[in-house]
Amino acid sequence: MSWGSAAEFFAMGGYAPFVWGSFAVVALCLIVEPLVVRARHRNALRRLKQVQRAAQGMQREAAV
Amino acid sequence: MTERSINWFRFSSPQTFYPLAGKMVPWFAAAAAILAAIGLYVGFFVAPTDFQQGEAYRIIFVHVPASWMSMFIYLVMAGWAAVGLALNSRLSGMMASALAPTGAMFAFLSLWTGALWGRPTWGTYWVWDARLTSELVLFFLYLGFMALQAAIDDPRRADKAGAVLALVGVVNIPIIYFSVKWWNTLHQGASVSLARAPTMATIMFTGMIVMVLAFWMYSIAVSLARVRAIILERERHAAWAQALAGAAA
Repeated sequence: MSWGSAAEFFAMGGYAPFVWGSFAVVALCLIVEPLVVRARHRNALRRLKQVQRAAQGMQREAAV
Repeated sequence: MTERSINWFRFSSPQTFYPLAGKMVPWFAAAAAILAAIGLYVGFFVAPTDFQQGEAYRIIFVHVPASWMSMFIYLVMAGWAAVGLALNSRLSGMMASALAPTGAMFAFLSLWTGALWGRPTWGTYWVWDARLTSELVLFFLYLGFMALQAAIDDPRRADKAGAVLALVGVVNIPIIYFSVKWWNTLHQGASVSLARAPTMATIMFTGMIVMVLAFWMYSIAVSLARVRAIILERERHAAWAQALAGAAA
């Protein structure tokens, strides 16, 4: 291991903005993208239910 | 043909693929998380400081995987697009659409991390050299693919138009890959090649490969999850999708 202390680790030999700027943005993207996909999936399910309810409503009207 | 042979075309129906993909997503996501943890540990705590670049070199542990995935995902996307054009299978177009945003994200991350690596190492965030420019073109190809698909209302026609764009853009991939050989670029030549041993320390190479595998597993997990959403969006009037929503209610 090349780090004497935590401060040394975070300093990255003076390259902290570049190293952490890279890793932070990568981490952010890889965390946000799955959340966006999950929201899209939930939206799709919600829309499905709307379509279903509309179809059921039409059936009931037809029965009346 | 024996009776045991699997009918692979069965899985090309969105209805059968939807639950299958749902079962696969957690496994690939778990593999991605475990590999990323190992890769980051090796990258930050096992791999030594580079004697030329100091600690800035550690950016390659995300830069190289992001760059490779941006190119590889494009090839897979174009492959699905070609299958869709040839066989007219619905799922192929959905797979291509599901891969594009992830590919675009990796192309962006490749450019972003490359800029932050280039500044301390080359003294500049950006140069219009062949490698960097062709990667930027790749990013725009992804954006163009998504914009084109979004602009066409009929999904089957959007698939066809997108497929043509994706296939034409494939020409850019060898240009990116060989740019450091064909032109005199500021970007360094390949450190990893099938023809010879990698020109980097074994432990650095190991950390990088583990990160590549992590990004690979991530890409599979997130695009399978996205294709599930796309299947539901496009099949919302199908009876099986209606039954599924009823069961989930």
